[in-house]
Amino acid sequence: MNDFTKYLAGRVTAGGMNRREFMGRAMAAGLTLTAAGQLFATSAAAQEPRKGGTLKLGLEGGAATDSIDPAKATSQVMFAAVRTWGDTLVETHPETRAPIPSLAESWAPSPDAKTWTFKIRKGVTFHDGKEMTVDDVVATLKRHSDEKTESGAAGMLKSITAIENKGGDLVVTLDAGNADLPAIFTDYHLVIQPNGGVDKPTAGIGTGPYKVKSFEPGVRMTFEKNENDWRSDRGYVQTVEMITMNDATARVAALASGQVQFINRVDPKTVSLLTRAPTVQLLTTSGGGHYVFIMHCDKAPFDNIDVRMALKYAINREEMVERILGGYGKVGNDFPINDTYALFPEGIEQRAYDPDKAAFHYKKSGHSGPILLRTSEVAFPGAVDASVLFQQSAKKAGIEIELKREPGDGYWSNVWNVQPFSASYWGSRATQDQFYSGAYLSTADWNDTRFKNETFDKLLISARGELDEAKRREMYREMAMLVRDEGGTILPMFNDFVNAGTKKLMGYVSDIGNDMSNGYVASRVWLSA
Amino acid sequence: MSNSAEAGGSPDRSLRERFPLAAIIVERCLLSLVLLFAVSVLIFAGVEALPGDFATTYLGQSATPQAIANMTAELGLDRPVATRYFDWLGGVLQGDLGTSWASRNSVSEQVANRLGNSLFLAGFAAIIAVPLAIGLGMLSVHFRDRMPDKIINVISLAAISLPEFFIGYLLILYFAVDFGIATFPATVYEGMGFLERIQTIALPTATLVLVVLAHMMRMTRAAILSVMSSAYMETAELKGLSSWRAIVKHAAPNALAPIINVVALNLAYLVVGVVVVEVVFVYPGMGQYMVDAVTVRDMPVVQACGLIFAAVYILLNMVADILAIIANPRLRHPR
Repeated sequence: MNDFTKYLAGRVTAGGMNRREFMGRAMAAGLTLTAAGQLFATSAAAQEPRKGGTLKLGLEGGAATDSIDPAKATSQVMFAAVRTWGDTLVETHPETRAPIPSLAESWAPSPDAKTWTFKIRKGVTFHDGKEMTVDDVVATLKRHSDEKTESGAAGMLKSITAIENKGGDLVVTLDAGNADLPAIFTDYHLVIQPNGGVDKPTAGIGTGPYKVKSFEPGVRMTFEKNENDWRSDRGYVQTVEMITMNDATARVAALASGQVQFINRVDPKTVSLLTRAPTVQLLTTSGGGHYVFIMHCDKAPFDNIDVRMALKYAINREEMVERILGGYGKVGNDFPINDTYALFPEGIEQRAYDPDKAAFHYKKSGHSGPILLRTSEVAFPGAVDASVLFQQSAKKAGIEIELKREPGDGYWSNVWNVQPFSASYWGSRATQDQFYSGAYLSTADWNDTRFKNETFDKLLISARGELDEAKRREMYREMAMLVRDEGGTILPMFNDFVNAGTKKLMGYVSDIGNDMSNGYVASRVWLSA
Repeated sequence: MSNSAEAGGSPDRSLRERFPLAAIIVERCLLSLVLLFAVSVLIFAGVEALPGDFATTYLGQSATPQAIANMTAELGLDRPVATRYFDWLGGVLQGDLGTSWASRNSVSEQVANRLGNSLFLAGFAAIIAVPLAIGLGMLSVHFRDRMPDKIINVISLAAISLPEFFIGYLLILYFAVDFGIATFPATVYEGMGFLERIQTIALPTATLVLVVLAHMMRMTRAAILSVMSSAYMETAELKGLSSWRAIVKHAAPNALAPIINVVALNLAYLVVGVVVVEVVFVYPGMGQYMVDAVTVRDMPVVQACGLIFAAVYILLNMVADILAIIANPRLRHPR
């Protein structure tokens, strides 16, 4: 057994790799089918989850202003917390991101995808001992979508016209067909609460694997195992402690000294140093989050498509992934979707750094003089450095970019989505439809590139109601090409989720859905003796 | 003062003369209230002037115009600035600090918790730092310009020259990561025993002690040295007192006023100025609480924190002044 197959076997034992992935990689490394199969079996046998113990997580992204009300959960810590005490109707598959049953056992659309019927699981109890009913589900969805809502999920539920309990099933009616409704119900805001949480939104009572024991916003949150959990394949540790640690060095120190078993948001610049510690393992997952430079397509000089094209050719994507992400990421192709999304349009030609083409388009546009790019440390980690790299690579194409460093405080209100050319980032969304609807549809609330394209809008609407996957995939390809070639987005890189754990942490699932194993880290891992 | 003694008659004047200290305290308290009021206006205006309103900042990228409008209406943020300010002021005058816009929890409750943490850490650091600084200051006067004086000076200067977060990181690296003898993170929480608490805050306390030590120590040394050259110190020496006894008994009491002042300033710093140390050690104190609130423009919390910080400064300065008066017989018995 060589080192690489040993590594693979180790990953299986640690629970981080499934059979398919393991077999593929082991056989590529030269093992025979039988040998690989045997190796998988022995390694997998060692991964019987161990129960008990206290799992401590040191997490960035919590504040004293955090609310336990899932409607207002926005920070990273609250995201992971909600996933720990609550369940959504639908979950996503960690590898394919396909919707899979959770509190909803099954679902079926009407032929026009306008009316959806969800069968709700029976025999599930809330932490307070009450049985979950379809009415609780209805009340939850209503609280997030009615006209009085303050929910972060309100935007994606806009098209819902009716939520009803029809003969013991949940029936949701939409104003137009949407094939992605189950995927929308995976959103972490939409955990089912008793009576929808209307009576006490901050009660923290759900159906999840852990009960909330204590909560000090911005400091610490503790959980106790829910002994009546309706699932047996999760919730291995006895107690969970989430500690808010907003300082990157503090997180690394806490992990290295073994005081916590898991941390999120490892700074790519120090990853190589961290991996030298013998007790630490790196847990990275590719995701759909990305860093962008955004141009307003309706403001000079960016209303000229050749200026946009020139700038797209003037950025060195490989260099950015290497220098800004420390290699923990993938190059972007100027549309906001990558292979972590279902129905990703494969085979679109990768746009590369090409000073000649950039110079050609720039000359054709007739523009002259410096182009002002606004940037800030808060736009994304390393945004100022990335802007300087962009400035340098554009210079070689004869394009002068002038940088203006904006204060971090107020950047999201005064610069992003206001100024014509700025640095920014986007997190991942559940589906392509959700992403495009939020940021690329002409009428989208956060259309931060002012991309207004009728063909695109029509495609988006018809793809949404299309239940035929092949047709749908083709539409998404066309949309990606439109954004890539005509849009105002310069997308140099998709960032990986870089987390780390001690070697005692087992069973971590690399979930492409979102950071921290899609927020499920606490309920999926166990601690070795 | 001599004038007022001649006029004598009015009861107000005689009260003032009979209890000069009490009069000063009352005066300062009234002035403090005016100051606090001014501070609250300033903070309110400052947060109002910051770009971005609460609902937009808080909801972030997931916000819809409808959700923002709902939140703004529910919190009454669509009312004029003056109305909102006087609403808040009315509540405060009745002892109600309001509810956090973000977490919807009572501000008083949260502040009490955080302030308790801050005072605990500051108090603990002060208990160690103040006697240590004054002791070392006297010691270095005693060994003036000799080896112990120089060592004390170099070490304390080195400590003050390093940024506080760097001292913190060094302590974490050696005591928590390498030797594994100290607790990290220093997160304290409700229901933690007293001894466990003290153990948890060992590293941040050590950091704070190192940060404030030099300032107080050097002031002690300078103040005593300036007294050392006066005639009565010469007398003390001539009548055969040991140098250490002369410093402790005769020089130190006369140098108290400036020392008290610098100690008060450092105590105030320990309570309100340690947000960096809080972040590095993941300590849930007031500083981090206020920064979190400012980030999303959570006005009730920002106001409460600002008022408390101002009150701590004013109170400590007042105490320092009063102690300086008590320590100085010439001020205690005017004329």
